[in-house]
Amino acid sequence: MDYASSEGAGARPTEITSAKIVVAGGFGVGKTTLVSAVSEIDPLTTEAVMTSAGEGIDDASKVPGKESTTVAMDFGRITMAEDLILYLFGTPGQTRFWFMWDELIRGAVGAAVLVDTRRLTDAFAPLDYFENRHLPYLVAVNCFDGAPRYEPEEVREALAIPSRVPLLMCDARHRESAKAVLIGVVEHAMATLVAEHEGNQPTPVG
Amino acid sequence: MAEPHDPRGNLVRPYAVTRGRTEPIRDIPIEAVLVASAAAVQEARFAGHDKYRIAVLCEPKAQSLAELAALTRLPLGVTRVLVADMVADGLLTLHSAAPRTGFAERMDLLGRVLGGLRKL
Repeated sequence: MDYASSEGAGARPTEITSAKIVVAGGFGVGKTTLVSAVSEIDPLTTEAVMTSAGEGIDDASKVPGKESTTVAMDFGRITMAEDLILYLFGTPGQTRFWFMWDELIRGAVGAAVLVDTRRLTDAFAPLDYFENRHLPYLVAVNCFDGAPRYEPEEVREALAIPSRVPLLMCDARHRESAKAVLIGVVEHAMATLVAEHEGNQPTPVG
Repeated sequence: MAEPHDPRGNLVRPYAVTRGRTEPIRDIPIEAVLVASAAAVQEARFAGHDKYRIAVLCEPKAQSLAELAALTRLPLGVTRVLVADMVADGLLTLHSAAPRTGFAERMDLLGRVLGGLRKL
């Protein structure tokens, strides 16, 4: 079975492509819950240490500790095929970590912004962020037990969500519901890509 | 020199394992996966403790940069520097993140991801 292993690091022929979807939203809105509902692994946490004075310094240990901050990001994984892996990244909740969001969304398929109707105002900052980025996103209202129920259009109006941004209701604890959110993100990404592509093409005659 | 115990553990001197370097020799997206061959794992024994741990993780299963950082409990930036070195040294094979350009390529990937999600 290991006949290929003698050929070194290049022995595995398949090119493995990985994609990511970003799950954004305020603190405690259910990002990690949604990720764990569909992930094949228990969500892992990656920590990025940000040092305000770290750039260009040869010995980072000389940077005083109080100037470094640890930003934690939770993520999950879905191995779709031998050569295709989807990662789901939850954004750090606190808005002061937005510089990390820029790295997270780079190259992403799209994003879902989770909203909690008990704390609607927490959604303004993440929604603002995505309105100003070139990344397809949708809004998923996480229906917490005991939270006030609103019609999707009421939430859209309250948060001033543009009509071109899909909005759906979900329960982040349930696999089928979390799946539907992710499917929505990918479908929206495809529709956006097609619209952009057609926008750049001359309209066919006849 | 003995230092007082710090509950932040590995995070106290995050770049000590990279000898103070904070910039990787190449940029690696957090979702890009890496694979090590059995031969590379053997070779990585001589590359230092952290690189060896990374190689061991990438042998049975492709692992993303994010997973390697989480599983080794090293900060992301440190892991990226180590992984970039290992790719340059032939200890790890870097696979590609999703294409960012090309309509057909991007549509193809989105279609495959959509299919994968529907099968879940």
